[in-house]
Amino acid sequence: MMIRQLSLFLENRSGQLRVPCKVLGDAGIDILTMSLADTQQFGILRLIVKDWEKARKALEAAGIVVNVTDVLAVDVPDRPGGLASVLESFEKAGLGIEYMYALAAARERGQYATLVFRLGDPERAARLLRDAGVKLLSSEELFARAGA
Amino acid sequence: MKTQWNDAPGGFHPASAPDFLPRRELERLQLGRLQSVVARAFERVPLFRRRMEEKGLRPDAVKALPDLAKLPFTVKTDLRDTYPFGLFASPMEEIVRLHASSGTTGKPIVVAYTDADLQVWTSVMVRTFAACGLHKGDVIQNAYGYGLFTGGLGAHYGGEALGATVIPISGGNTERQLMVLQDFNVTAICCTPSYMVHLIERAKDAKIGFGRLKVGVFGAEPWSESMRHHIEQETGIKAYDIYGLSEIIGPGVGIECAQQDGLHLFEDHFYPEIIDPKTGAVLPDGAEGELVLTTLSKQAMPMIRYRTRDITAIHAEPCPCGRTIRRIRRIGRRSDDMFIIRGVNVFPSQVETALLQVEGTLPHYQIVLSRVKGLDEMEVQVEVTPEVFSDTIGSLESLQRKLADAIDHVVGIRVKVHLVAPRTIARSEGKAKRVLDQRNI
Repeated sequence: MMIRQLSLFLENRSGQLRVPCKVLGDAGIDILTMSLADTQQFGILRLIVKDWEKARKALEAAGIVVNVTDVLAVDVPDRPGGLASVLESFEKAGLGIEYMYALAAARERGQYATLVFRLGDPERAARLLRDAGVKLLSSEELFARAGA
Repeated sequence: MKTQWNDAPGGFHPASAPDFLPRRELERLQLGRLQSVVARAFERVPLFRRRMEEKGLRPDAVKALPDLAKLPFTVKTDLRDTYPFGLFASPMEEIVRLHASSGTTGKPIVVAYTDADLQVWTSVMVRTFAACGLHKGDVIQNAYGYGLFTGGLGAHYGGEALGATVIPISGGNTERQLMVLQDFNVTAICCTPSYMVHLIERAKDAKIGFGRLKVGVFGAEPWSESMRHHIEQETGIKAYDIYGLSEIIGPGVGIECAQQDGLHLFEDHFYPEIIDPKTGAVLPDGAEGELVLTTLSKQAMPMIRYRTRDITAIHAEPCPCGRTIRRIRRIGRRSDDMFIIRGVNVFPSQVETALLQVEGTLPHYQIVLSRVKGLDEMEVQVEVTPEVFSDTIGSLESLQRKLADAIDHVVGIRVKVHLVAPRTIARSEGKAKRVLDQRNI
């Protein structure tokens, strides 16, 4: 159930975001979804791609620092209150969220929204969430959802 | 060029070198040489003669080694003021080599050698390599720059005279350095410590090791003990600190032995004193101060009481290696490198020590000094490595804090730590430029 996410260190100055995107483009790698966390000085670009190992190699060869993190992809009912109910399951299981972002270009609009969560102990979190009836996506399901 | 010790069957015999002379014999040798060099400088160098006469001194004032303390100092600006040849004590037709320093501001300083001077230089470099455990059969990759800089040719002729195989690769072209290191079965490398760190980084990228390399002779810039550990751990070699300066001869003024506990000075040629940099008073062995050197045998350009600006102390205790020539403590600080920020004296090596205390940080850093609204700011730029990068803002901010705390702890001031992407700080193939002063003082 673990989804591999790539995190990249970027300096916060113009042109820095373009470099990794260009590297991935040249390597023929499609970005399924991404999020950018930033401070005044630096940023962390988080990416989900299908072939993460190839992407990582290409990025590292370009001199970019890459970190691989396990995240969970969660299906959230696409209706008012849908996310709140899923988050309630997180809370009941005692799971803290380090960060989260939405999957771009999900095809199940109207039924589910797919969100990506980074939790402290992803293995344990996956178990607890499944027990609580939260729908977690496998890599294959996620890629299908994103149309990749 | 051959030396008497190297001509013995089986190569170099360190025990026959002056490194092991009984102290009294050494001091007798030093006094004789000191008297001749002072007389030579007095007769042939107008600046020195004038300074002696101003003090009412003549060469016969030197009756014993401590009398040296009566003589005037020579400072770096004397070399600039007499540019290019004003301090030469030999006619040009006896001078067979000139070197010059990289004058970062204005004119460089020029140094000269007679044939006898070159022989002395070669002999001290032979003794240097021997102290590092090298001998005939070793393959030395000499990555010091060849040219006006003394590092390249100094190490070159010393290595050849030792009987080793010397590869005159000079500085730069890192890919080729790593290829040669592997393919030519190199056993020893000479370069600046910061360039070695760069080689380690690139070797890691290329997933190659260091082959048969066992010894590194690193110098031309101050480096910390923690940097030594880093180099030794990453490569499995023994990293020796070499000391030298063009004004005195070039590399080969002092070297560590296998004890790696201070650098033996070749004091049969270079006589050391430690002085209080403020008063000029000579300090006893063991006390910290500025190193002052007198060239005992130099012909072309004798230096009498040359102020090196290097801060160290003399260790007179016998060394377990058996060498009787005295040691100086490793030079982590040059008074030239020191900068003052908000009234605090800071040496780049202190920042390096602090950074290395925080696990996983490679010593790629730069100190940027600026003035914002009349206030001095010090920023330390540190490259982020895969080892320290984790994917939350919080952990990177905590890394910044840890680095700032470590610097605060060592240096005593709060600085801004700026995390930058890998390979964004310029790599040096010679002396590392650690401090970027944008204050326009």
